[in-house]
Amino acid sequence: MGRVIRAQVVIPGQARGRLLVSREPLSFWGGYDYRTGTIIDQRHPLAGQVAAGRILALPHTRGSSTTTAVLLEAVAAGTAPAAILTTGVDSFFALAAIVADELYQAAFPLLSLTPEDFALLITDDPARIEGDLITLSSGEADV
Amino acid sequence: MLDGRAGPAPRMAMTILARMASVYGATELLDISGAHIDSSLYIGDAGLEYAERLAELGAQVRVPTTLNVSGVDESHWHEWAVPRAWAEKAHRQMVAYQSMGCTPTWTCAPYQTEWRPRFGQQIAWGESNAIAFANSVIGARTERYPDLLDICCAITGRAPAAGLHLTENRRATLLLRLADIPPALQAHDSFYPVLGHLMGKLAGERVPVLDGFCVGPTEDQLKALAAGGASSGAVALFHIAGITPEAATLDEALQHQAPAQVMEITLPHLRQARRELTTRAGAALDMVVLGSPHFSLAEFAALAPLLAGRTRHSDVRFLVTTSRMMSMLAQRAGHLDALRAFGGELTVDTCILTTPMLPPAIKRIMTNSAKYAYYSPGMLETDVTFGSLEDCVNSAVAGVVVRDETLWAG
Repeated sequence: MGRVIRAQVVIPGQARGRLLVSREPLSFWGGYDYRTGTIIDQRHPLAGQVAAGRILALPHTRGSSTTTAVLLEAVAAGTAPAAILTTGVDSFFALAAIVADELYQAAFPLLSLTPEDFALLITDDPARIEGDLITLSSGEADV
Repeated sequence: MLDGRAGPAPRMAMTILARMASVYGATELLDISGAHIDSSLYIGDAGLEYAERLAELGAQVRVPTTLNVSGVDESHWHEWAVPRAWAEKAHRQMVAYQSMGCTPTWTCAPYQTEWRPRFGQQIAWGESNAIAFANSVIGARTERYPDLLDICCAITGRAPAAGLHLTENRRATLLLRLADIPPALQAHDSFYPVLGHLMGKLAGERVPVLDGFCVGPTEDQLKALAAGGASSGAVALFHIAGITPEAATLDEALQHQAPAQVMEITLPHLRQARRELTTRAGAALDMVVLGSPHFSLAEFAALAPLLAGRTRHSDVRFLVTTSRMMSMLAQRAGHLDALRAFGGELTVDTCILTTPMLPPAIKRIMTNSAKYAYYSPGMLETDVTFGSLEDCVNSAVAGVVVRDETLWAG
């Protein structure tokens, strides 16, 4: 059994995948290639990492208003993260999920964590999201 | 609108807006009297589908609404590396938003058009630099709206009563104090993009107030500051004590409360921020590009005398990006003759980041814009050098990067 975190649900849903975590905010416009699901902001610690299908944890977005549109393209192209975790309610991510739901009935879960809980997240650890619960396990253990 | 009696487009827009209102924690909506749409930029098929869905449903905006940059320069795209398929889809997206009654301004600097909002006006704007300018420099009130929601606000004439629409959320919580920054540097154009880049990194999502200015910045300097802060951070509102309209005094910007945090900005901090805007040390250069946010009439007027009687090096292209309206004004004012004689080029309605115009041979660019410097390495896979306007012109003439370090030496 892993550690269980209770989070604030912004967009409900279920997901499982390996975590991709950064303490640095990210603009998806200029930062995320929706054709490949890769993070391309050369100034970001996750540059070069593929976020498609991962549970992406970022404190919040920064920069361009077009972040939402890029994430919508990623949902349509099947290159979006499986879920996104933040430390506050991020309206840019939320809107992408809401419009994806309206257009494609394909929202992704979005949850907001306290900074203390966010600090528990470790890249590559498996995680599972159900409702407002995030179950974490470390190393190779499955969840 | 939610029940569809106002038609299917307002229902779709209000459905999205109502769901977002609860994300923002708003219990009600408020009336807006203007909007600026960033969604007009083509980036892929999903955004185009969204625009054409709304257009097919007969969507019409309820308030005066301007359009941000488009994904293609309709008149000149074929002179560059833009694929035909991209140009056609970008054009369809432009048509869709124009059909909704939006004004085809095609600029990321709508605050330098006749649709400039007024102090205190409630608006719903997309485009990060424009949001920061409207809130900070004009004192209009917009939340940091994402693409796709801006048009929902325009169609419904409403916005969530939350965030920066409300006075209490416009309070500065971070005090950034300029410490011994030389007046000559403060007066210089290249100070502002660098300060903006640093402000964005320090502030993140918070509202900062800058204190310690000994000069009165120009509008275009404040534009550069806003664009820098909205690129490296999520700054949607900043104050400058004694200068911006909600900061007659430092105490007013803080709304008579103590700041949550105070930080000093020193010359070494600024030098470091300036270094971060450059990704390489070499001197070779393929292109100089100016105009993010879009070049203003005053910027054309400042550029023209620097170009007079000179020509660019044959290996370095020299590009200015602006709106079609501003280019017409600059033409009438006589500022474009010097640009043409210099060997410079003009792209309107879009920019190097928003249309795939640059040929692959362009790998090393130079700019005076923090926003171009911030985004080009990731989006265009170019190296970038940041310099002042004078540095950029001198480098284009020399064919290699030349920068005057005098002001930054301290």
